Amino acid sequence: MTAVLVSREYKTISNVAGPLIFITNAKDVSYDEIVRIYLPDGEERSGRVLEISKDVAVVQVFEGTTGIDNRSTRVIFTGRPLMMKLSPDILGRTFNGIGKPRDGGPDIIEEMEVDVNGMPINPVARDKPEDFIQTGMSAIDGLNTLVRGQKLPIFSGAGLPANKLAAQIGRQARVLGEGEQFSVVFAAMGITFREASFFTRSFEKSGALGRVVFFMNLTNDPTIERLTTPRCALTVAEYLAYTLNHHVLVILTDMINYCEALREISTAREEVPGRRGYPGYMYTDLSTIYERAGKIKGKKGSITQIPILTMPDDDITHPVPDLTGYITEGQIVLSRDLFRRGGDPPIDVLPCLSRLMNSGIGEGKTREDHRNVADQLYASYAYGRDLRRLVAIVGEEALTELDRKYLKLADEFEKSFISQGDENRGIQRTLEIGWDLLAMLPEEELKRINVDYIEKYHPGYQEV
Amino acid sequence: MSVTTGSISRISGPVVTAEGLRGSMMYEVVRVGTDALFGEIIRLDKNEAVIQVYEDTSGLKVGEKVESTGTQFSVALGPGLLSSIYDGIQRPLPVLFEMSGDFISRGVFPPGLDLNRRWSFTPAVSVGDTVKEGDLIGFVPEFHIEHRIMVPPSVSGKVAEIREGDYTVTDPVCILDDGTKIAMMQLWPARKPRPYRKKMDPDTLLITGQRIFDCLFPVAKGGTAMIPGGFGTGKTVAEQTLAKWSDTRIVVYIGCGERGNEMTDVLYEFPELIDPRTGLPLIERTVLIANTSNMPVAAREASIYTGITIAEYYRDMGYDVALMADSTSRWGEALREISGRLEEMPGEEGYPAYLATRLAAFYERAGRVVCWGKDERIGSITIIGAVSPPGGDFSEPITQNTLRVAGTFWALDTALAYRRHFPSVNWIKSYSLYLESLEDWYGKEVAEDWKDLREEAIYLLQKEVELQEIVQLVGPDALPDSEKLILEISRMIREDFLQQSAFHEIDSFCSLEKQYWMLKAILTFHEMAKRAMNRGIGIDSIMQLPVKKVIGRMKELPEAGMVEGHIERIASDFASLMEED
Repeated sequence: MTAVLVSREYKTISNVAGPLIFITNAKDVSYDEIVRIYLPDGEERSGRVLEISKDVAVVQVFEGTTGIDNRSTRVIFTGRPLMMKLSPDILGRTFNGIGKPRDGGPDIIEEMEVDVNGMPINPVARDKPEDFIQTGMSAIDGLNTLVRGQKLPIFSGAGLPANKLAAQIGRQARVLGEGEQFSVVFAAMGITFREASFFTRSFEKSGALGRVVFFMNLTNDPTIERLTTPRCALTVAEYLAYTLNHHVLVILTDMINYCEALREISTAREEVPGRRGYPGYMYTDLSTIYERAGKIKGKKGSITQIPILTMPDDDITHPVPDLTGYITEGQIVLSRDLFRRGGDPPIDVLPCLSRLMNSGIGEGKTREDHRNVADQLYASYAYGRDLRRLVAIVGEEALTELDRKYLKLADEFEKSFISQGDENRGIQRTLEIGWDLLAMLPEEELKRINVDYIEKYHPGYQEV
Repeated sequence: MSVTTGSISRISGPVVTAEGLRGSMMYEVVRVGTDALFGEIIRLDKNEAVIQVYEDTSGLKVGEKVESTGTQFSVALGPGLLSSIYDGIQRPLPVLFEMSGDFISRGVFPPGLDLNRRWSFTPAVSVGDTVKEGDLIGFVPEFHIEHRIMVPPSVSGKVAEIREGDYTVTDPVCILDDGTKIAMMQLWPARKPRPYRKKMDPDTLLITGQRIFDCLFPVAKGGTAMIPGGFGTGKTVAEQTLAKWSDTRIVVYIGCGERGNEMTDVLYEFPELIDPRTGLPLIERTVLIANTSNMPVAAREASIYTGITIAEYYRDMGYDVALMADSTSRWGEALREISGRLEEMPGEEGYPAYLATRLAAFYERAGRVVCWGKDERIGSITIIGAVSPPGGDFSEPITQNTLRVAGTFWALDTALAYRRHFPSVNWIKSYSLYLESLEDWYGKEVAEDWKDLREEAIYLLQKEVELQEIVQLVGPDALPDSEKLILEISRMIREDFLQQSAFHEIDSFCSLEKQYWMLKAILTFHEMAKRAMNRGIGIDSIMQLPVKKVIGRMKELPEAGMVEGHIERIASDFASLMEED
């Protein structure tokens, strides 16, 4: 790290456009460095260099450009990218989107200072994520298992209880048979005070407040800081995981607001837009956030990410959920239909997926029949759901006896397996409920299940 | 070749403009800035050169120097490629890990091949022999592969000296009378296809051990296939399954802009998996290229070319090579991003207008060819490209442009994935253009009636779709028994044949013979059922036959012969049913 001895100060802002300012004749500017901006009234703001050429530097201003003039506003180039100060004292603190304390507490006296942009993990250095995390939710543990080091987003819709689900996971998540250090990093991007305080209260209730680091960029905070919020948060998470050996759960909410900020900057720079006006590089940009989840060989800690995003108009093909789904290792999808019918949590398991499930389940981790039970429940429930559509047209009487059983299974599955309210369910209990449901079907329909497991776990074979 | 030095005049993300590089050529490699970042010239404009930088450009300054190197971006080819894992520009990741730790840092350039390791070279020519490009001059054992050392393209002469013994890849092992030294390693510019003598029609099946691919929508060795599908439809699992079980000598797997944990999975899994044909670890025939989504975007663009060049090198030795690219959409997006930074006029959805040309040029590097060299070796490259259409919408540019060049189309279907029908290949939308050219091969290698079985299966699946539409309107009870039977049989084809678990110990690989008998069993059941129904036996009692349950468990049988035995069982079950009647 080069120390900056000479501060370079300019008063040469030529243009201001949206969140961007253009500074002419700036010398020795480096790409991606942080600048400090002093308004005529003495107010200080900060920004980041987005583009430089010989005669002009383009700077994105974090706190917005209101009040910036192109005569007397001063700009100082710091020569450094955005850094986050780190020490064990950060636990329990609250920061803003660019990593400054916003809880009124003192500045962090740093043990180290790290560039928030991070660097890509060498794929060779990655450790395989395979520790089963029990979230206590059947729809997740049983069918879409979360493992340590995974990134599993929640796709929600406006008004659906994604926050409640995330908070419940945050409260209940644990790895069976272990009592290791864990902490939570919570990054709020553009959410309301009400939503933010819901999380604060939830952590408070569970007594975990001292293990949480908050990054708050609320609706009324500068939009542009949403771009740095998750990066600051993940820098802290990496410090906790790889230096302090914690298992870190990172909750990022709401990614749609992050992407909108990205679109705003892109538009201001007059870039060629991709789908729905979002920039073409949004995939790459999102990946530099999501890919910071994982485990590293030889390091005790891990980073598990649960990003939350609200699908505009419940549309899973919207660019933000779409690109997210291509990067993350699966997704948990909430359904409005199930919510209306009282599902709690209203998880629609059909579009859900956990790509790392296989490495976290099975003998010695959960139970040998786990994979088979999950596959069979999926296939049977999907078939039952299809029949519902048919019943709406031809009536239940037109169905065969077998089909009626499938129909009943689908209803019962939503009622007793998916829906569980505040219950914290162990994995064994989840699988038991699964078997009770499968027992509603004739045995030869259970093609996805190994014959040995049927004899061992099917309620019909159990001694009474 | 002159080496010149210029200076940076503009920086925008991965695109840097430099002045004073006049005399440099297109796609020449340059070192950018004081950290000597790796870049490539992609546009020349009078005194200015536009450079795409393969590493993160944070911290670069206007005025820092840019040095040209006089060479194009080249891949190091020679013994030691197999079982390696590289990033997009052939930096060996394990070496990077030793040099710079858990995270990938900048300006570090270890060579693509280990320069210190010695390989045992056995000559295949003697002093005085005349050799031309492509001729074999010797062999090196690389795992179980005989690594053939060839005369590099556009080199020829009389052998003046040939050495035997242990040498490093840069030691000359053969010297020609004009003084040309030939070492085991050769460099080849990644963007330039390696030459071959002539292309031939593909006529051999690429056996994948996957029923829906081998039986219904085959790809030939030397052909091209595409797998488009929305997220969660199983593209990556399909690509990895193919990388595991394809019957080629060499597999090149390109993880292009995908997940880091997926590459970790491959790295953990492949050394432990055993090739069912050779009994050796799969990693020993595999070259991995991992440029994950968060690694610099320009290197992602290059990764495809690095991979195909390595594939061509092994093809030139006369081997069958399969190349998996997961995913070409990320490569296209990298093109789009660079193009946007260059402020080029965008085509459809912001992609550059040359997208189609570049895609076609890449897929055309596949093929079955007669290689250069006296012995007229025949080698092939099969390309299997995954495509990730946004929103699962196949009308987007990358899917559409790939469709024009790919011979086999495996359409992955979100609806099938939701009900955990894997591989989630939609049998109505998918197609293969290789059926005709493979017909003889199937007839010879599998069975004479293979074509009839396949057509029958496709017919039933097609018919099912039509019948389902009627069922949706009037309910299943309104159908006559003969059509109910079709629904039942097609369900058996779907569930007992097409569905195949990539994670099941036995089912993940299914031999062609077993595939044939499985399909035969289901269709025999159908024939018998039709006959029984003609005699007035109701569909319900047919469906109650115990053999139906046996058919449902065929997948788990380890040997084809055991499935073959089912045919008799079906006949006897039906015989006793008719006796009872």
